[in-house]
Amino acid sequence: MLKRVIRQAVVFAVFVVLMGFAYSGYKAFGQSIDDKQHEWWAVGSVLPRTDDLNMPPILDILAEFGELQGGTDKVLGRLLFEEAVFTLREAALGFAIGTVVGMAIAMALARWKPLERGLLPYVIASQTVPLIAIAPIIIIWGRKNFDFMPWEWKDWMSVSIIATFLTFFPVAVNGLRGLQSPKPENLELMESYAASWTETLWRLRLPASVPYLFAALKIAATASIVGAIVGEISAGVGGGLGRRIFLEAQRYTTGPERLYASVIGSAILGILVFLTITGAERLVLGRQGREAIT
Amino acid sequence: MTTHAVAVNSASKIFNQGKTNEVHALDEIDLTVDDGEFITLIGPSGCGKSTLLRLIAALTKPTTGHVEVKGKSAEQARLDQDYGMAFQRAGLFDWRTVSKNIELPLELMGWNRTDRARRAEEMLELVKLPEFGGHHPSELSGGMQQRVAIARSLSFSPSLLLMDEPFGALDEMTREHMQDELLRIWAETHTTVVFVTHSIPEAAYLSSRVVVMSPRPGRIASTINVDLGDRSDDTREDPAFFEKVTEVREALRAVESI
Repeated sequence: MLKRVIRQAVVFAVFVVLMGFAYSGYKAFGQSIDDKQHEWWAVGSVLPRTDDLNMPPILDILAEFGELQGGTDKVLGRLLFEEAVFTLREAALGFAIGTVVGMAIAMALARWKPLERGLLPYVIASQTVPLIAIAPIIIIWGRKNFDFMPWEWKDWMSVSIIATFLTFFPVAVNGLRGLQSPKPENLELMESYAASWTETLWRLRLPASVPYLFAALKIAATASIVGAIVGEISAGVGGGLGRRIFLEAQRYTTGPERLYASVIGSAILGILVFLTITGAERLVLGRQGREAIT
Repeated sequence: MTTHAVAVNSASKIFNQGKTNEVHALDEIDLTVDDGEFITLIGPSGCGKSTLLRLIAALTKPTTGHVEVKGKSAEQARLDQDYGMAFQRAGLFDWRTVSKNIELPLELMGWNRTDRARRAEEMLELVKLPEFGGHHPSELSGGMQQRVAIARSLSFSPSLLLMDEPFGALDEMTREHMQDELLRIWAETHTTVVFVTHSIPEAAYLSSRVVVMSPRPGRIASTINVDLGDRSDDTREDPAFFEKVTEVREALRAVESI
């Protein structure tokens, strides 16, 4: 188990380093062509610009994490960490609500067959709505209409709703597949015990859906981060990685490394939530390692 | 009035009635099974033997006629959990340990935890797997899994056991061993067994009565009483056993040539 984790970590590290070399190699190659723009064979080169503005050197990007940022007494790495915590809170809430909503939809569709045909197309259609368009709507709604809540409604809660919107879908679709996964003989067995639908749900359908659910949760967890970041950007929320990315994009020309570093920070957060779900999956379904007795 | 363990009265089953893919699976079946009998349903594929078993289990309804189990309707018997059922595939739940699989029907019947655990242990003794309670089904061989499935079907001591080719997927050696186990359990628990198979020696070896069925539509072609006394390995080499095997085989040949 530990051995496998170490091996996967090493493979990942090697992959990241290789990507770094590929980036630097491409940049060096492009610049060597850029320098020869007067040569006949380099005119109209299809390579994109590879100067430091378009592709800041990797070491500069990494160094930027440790640079003090103007107007604060904090280095960029620290700032990004704080933004990530802010975004994670939005995403986690959206993920939790989305999982509950998704499973509720899956159970309803599994329970009442006609619903599956009637409702599933709309569940799928919901995902074709461009997130970037509905995000501001949800934020404005939240500010205007959610004042009846017993607590003060904050913009980040609206961002959680946006994350929910991306989370519930994979859970609903995969959850439904999981709830329908028991073989006919297992369902007949429960029927032969005169088990009710609820008993069959708890003892057969739900446990059988767990592997499907984890596959969905891995997608949903990363999607909730994406949803939160996009929500922050399009809604102009006063915190989070999305806000940071938006800010650094606006002042790109004065420091492209900062935007690159912010994107890397977002990627790290996405990978961390993915690994968390994978770890939980191993804990729950950790039987694969056992050998069959023959 | 005497009640039988099972009484099937002129039951017919038509699938997809009125459609182009209509199948006449069973036609006017009459069958009674007495308490303590071990009865085998045998016939070529498509003769409706599994359908007949599922009618008794009330997993499907007859198109016409009716089925009684223990003097009440089959549906009521199912609701009262009067029978245990074993299928061709063991169908154990992977996420439960062997013990928890055996406890499944007991949980549904509201037994408390200690009673369930004690019964699961007894059942594992009965099927000779006492040390495997904590294992998961995926760690067990096919024969062991099938034994767990039988333990599960017997765990709540049903007086009727319905088995649909439970040994069909096993190799010959395991199969013979399982047959002896089943007969031992049958003798110990005084259960009534209705057993579906397509193996002639299995039918002759296990049953007190073999019901031979013919296909399209499924009918009972003949019934053969088997009286070989207590079975043992010697029975399998006994001329009287071979006579019964021959008798069942000829009954099946007669069916095929209809």
